[in-house]
Amino acid sequence: VKGTNTALRASARKLLVILEVVVSFECEGRSETPRSSVVNGKQQIPVLQTNNGPSLTGLTTIAAHLVKQANKEYLLGSTAEEKAIVQQWLEYRVTRVDGHSSKDDIRALLKDLNSYLEDKVYLTGYNFTLADILLYYGLHRFIVDLTVQEKEKYLNVSRWFCHIQHYPGIRQHLSSVVFIKNRLYTNSH
Amino acid sequence: MRLFVSEGAPGSLPVLAAARRAQGRAELLISTVGPEECVVPFLTQPKVPVLQLDNGNYLFSTSAICRYFFLLSGWEQDDLTNQWLEWEATELQPALSAALYYLVVQGKKGEDVLGPVRRALTHIDHSLSRRSCPFLAGETESLADIVLWGALYPLLQDPAYLPEELGALHSWFQTVSSQEPCQRAAETVLKQQGVLALRPYLQKQPQPSSLQGRAVSNEPEEEELATLSEEEIAMAVTAWEKGLGNLPPLRPPQNPVYSRLRQWNTLYLCGTDEYGTATETKAMEEGLTPQEICDKYHAIHADIYRWFNISFDIFGRTTTPQQTKITQDIFQRLFSRGFVLQDTVEQLRCEQCARFLADRFVEGVCPFCGYEEARGDQCDKCGKLINATELKKPQCKVCRSCPVVKSSQHLFLDLPKLEKRLEEWLENTLPGSDWTPNARFIIRSWLRDGLKPRCITRDLKWGTPVPLEGFEDKVFYVWFDATIGYLSITANYTDQWERWWKNPEQVSLYQFMAKDNVPFHGLVFPCSALGAEDNYTLVSHLIATEYLNYEDGKFSKSRGVGVFGDMAQDTGIPADIWRFYLLYIRPEGQDSAFSWTDMLLKNNSELLNNLGNFINRAGMFVSKFFGGYVPEMVLTSDDQRLLAHVTLELQHYHQLLEKVRIRDALRSILTISRHGNQYIQVNEPWKRIKGSEADRQRAGTVTGLAVNIAALLSVMLQPYMPTVSATIQAQLQLPPPACGILLTNFLCTLPAGHLIGTVSPLFQKLENDQIESLRQRFGGGQLEESLELKAKVSSKPAVGETVTATGPQQIQVLMDEVTKQGNIVRELKAQKADKNQVAAEVAKLLDLKKQLALAEGKPLETPKGKKKK
Repeated sequence: VKGTNTALRASARKLLVILEVVVSFECEGRSETPRSSVVNGKQQIPVLQTNNGPSLTGLTTIAAHLVKQANKEYLLGSTAEEKAIVQQWLEYRVTRVDGHSSKDDIRALLKDLNSYLEDKVYLTGYNFTLADILLYYGLHRFIVDLTVQEKEKYLNVSRWFCHIQHYPGIRQHLSSVVFIKNRLYTNSH
Repeated sequence: MRLFVSEGAPGSLPVLAAARRAQGRAELLISTVGPEECVVPFLTQPKVPVLQLDNGNYLFSTSAICRYFFLLSGWEQDDLTNQWLEWEATELQPALSAALYYLVVQGKKGEDVLGPVRRALTHIDHSLSRRSCPFLAGETESLADIVLWGALYPLLQDPAYLPEELGALHSWFQTVSSQEPCQRAAETVLKQQGVLALRPYLQKQPQPSSLQGRAVSNEPEEEELATLSEEEIAMAVTAWEKGLGNLPPLRPPQNPVYSRLRQWNTLYLCGTDEYGTATETKAMEEGLTPQEICDKYHAIHADIYRWFNISFDIFGRTTTPQQTKITQDIFQRLFSRGFVLQDTVEQLRCEQCARFLADRFVEGVCPFCGYEEARGDQCDKCGKLINATELKKPQCKVCRSCPVVKSSQHLFLDLPKLEKRLEEWLENTLPGSDWTPNARFIIRSWLRDGLKPRCITRDLKWGTPVPLEGFEDKVFYVWFDATIGYLSITANYTDQWERWWKNPEQVSLYQFMAKDNVPFHGLVFPCSALGAEDNYTLVSHLIATEYLNYEDGKFSKSRGVGVFGDMAQDTGIPADIWRFYLLYIRPEGQDSAFSWTDMLLKNNSELLNNLGNFINRAGMFVSKFFGGYVPEMVLTSDDQRLLAHVTLELQHYHQLLEKVRIRDALRSILTISRHGNQYIQVNEPWKRIKGSEADRQRAGTVTGLAVNIAALLSVMLQPYMPTVSATIQAQLQLPPPACGILLTNFLCTLPAGHLIGTVSPLFQKLENDQIESLRQRFGGGQLEESLELKAKVSSKPAVGETVTATGPQQIQVLMDEVTKQGNIVRELKAQKADKNQVAAEVAKLLDLKKQLALAEGKPLETPKGKKKK
């Protein structure tokens, strides 16, 4: 991530660039070559070298910084409530989603998220925010591996995930996850 | 808003300290709940503190609650604070919760407690002193200070855990602690009892995950070498040196080729199921008889499998006398045992075509999901089985008129009466078997809903005749006899067929299919076989895959999206590469998608750079440095470890294939070759060969071991890439006995002195533009030539409204010409005329049809495409 800031500032309006940076880090660190992300059993942490100050460390910190640089502050939430909720889910992303990868942890996580999203379009409710973007990237590696039946079980997560991946410019080069619109396992409810 | 706290929960400290910020801006109620109370409805685990917002949403993160209080006071978020809070959540908290757990729950002291957090404390201290600011994010106390202070307070309030040498941390902690809100929060939470006040709460919490250490990640990193015990190494070395290798324990394996590698008596068969409405429809479309259609397509299918190198013992078909004999026998047995019912069926009849319309001769709107092109037997969209009479807006597929409901006599398999036997059989079969979870699930859900009598006859001509008076003009429903095809195909292969099919004690039957075929194989046929009471061999392991998608969507024959069997050979990509990639993405356990880019990537990285590179280098070293003779090997402890790793991976491969995890077993092959590449890379035989005597010996050992790994891989590859496997074995001149057997241990099959053959590269690079052009070619609408096959024979006059610029007369002329030209083509085909001649006439026909379509103002699309909105 180092050294990208000049380019960023030049085209600070582009959300795309941010996403590219964030996603490319994520892919570099994760899906393509999972090994490189692991240093002493921990996930590698991104560092952004800014031109006018000290470097910034941490995925959500950098993402929030880039969003501001791009004048897309609405992605961090507009009211105090929304801002706090966005940060809460960003924290959730780096602690819960990145922290665990056992099958049981993921199932518990998806269950919670599924019940949370039951009455929501986005994580904050009605507004698309950085929390949706980063949680989408973070969950992608798990969602990809879900069976059709599991996708149906976590229906609200699937709906939200499918919605986010089709949000213009978000998916980048992550694979598009196929969701089947009609229920296959109708007996399960 | 309401804040939920719990006695002794450490999160209360920062939250209460921060709550002061929100005073006067919002009404804050505080409720105390038990440590195990679930406040947040969507969280499974209890969590406090929690802030319930006025809009009903919840903040369950301590930092987020503090942040919210600060935001209410007009504070604005900044990068530095964000960075501190992220660090607190990801680094400090895991360390701190471990330290507190040791201290409070386990009663440890001193370095045991301080150890886990020392790094984090030092980090804070350095940050403070480097920036020489009194506070974490600047000149004044702010959110970061409150959150970190709250987290650290229970530990640091005991001076024993606030190291003297961390001066900056020391003074920061004192300053923040002396603030009034913090003092009050500390009193409220710790109640002057110090850290022990947290005990009741922390005792009820699960052990921090940071303590569970490596147990957290249950899947080891792919490349990380497993830890080997001395014993494992010793065993691998003994096997190698003494040539000890067992065939794996007696357990019938499944993948037929693998099964042969294990020296099991294997019968591998498949066939075309040729009866039924689909065939009749197709025959009508192509102007051939059903038999001609079946002959034609059977040959096409057989060619495809031959091209893909599928090594069936027999690839048969259902239109044989054996099929009639066995099907009728099973039916008679069911009938005489009272498992067949007779009933009158309301059925759709097309008055225009003067016949009953079964199954696929009807199309309409699916009664379940509203899909507009549902077929009479099943909806392609929701996958549900449909009774044709339940279709909304039914249409005769041939003439498009609306059929009427008429009654007709039919026979039913009495599934409710057989249900009990089926359940007993399943109870005995399923436990411990390798039925895939989706197959189990589908069968279970059918049983849960209760089985209903199933109609097994149809008003058709193309099928197995029903041997019963009054049913002479009917045939068996294709799904009643299609699964009997496996038996009749075997009967056509050997007159000993009953030793396979009426021998459940000795035969294990594995059936492979996509999940949509599960009900017929796992339920309907077993019921028929159980009811027939003739000791049939029933499926022991039903292996069902999920679906394979194409790029980002579905394969669609009608839209020409995707690569279908007969086109794979026109891509210029060898069959083995297709086999490799399709198995690499085999939809085991979940849907997967075919992607051209991914195929290129996997070919170039896994095959070319990994597998091909390793095998080629191993062979080349033998040729170049040792004149083609496998050198002497003197194993060092490094080599022994490698031996053990390869053995372990080989055993893993066996385990996976025994469980029919074909895709995962392929990964084992690639892992072995990766080990091999690393081994060569580290030991650099190309350098050592030029060195001292000892170096040269080392080069020999490395080369010898590597070429033996290559030999092992050639056998392991056999089920996946038979041609490549044979090529490697020819290049290495692998002795024939070693070619077709796979043992549990990795043995030295190419001993020192063995002369290998000529080594050459195994794989070719796939180029971007090559793949790009394939992607475009198969991306949809490419099947111009196959439209010719689909064009309807019956050319009903177009409906008036579609006529635009051209007059009806001209259209009539064109139509007549199309009909005439169509006849010419059909005649030529019937006479089996020269291909070029046929093609020329077909081109004319297509051109005429195009003109006709233009004249009628129709878009040039396939018939299906037109109906889509």
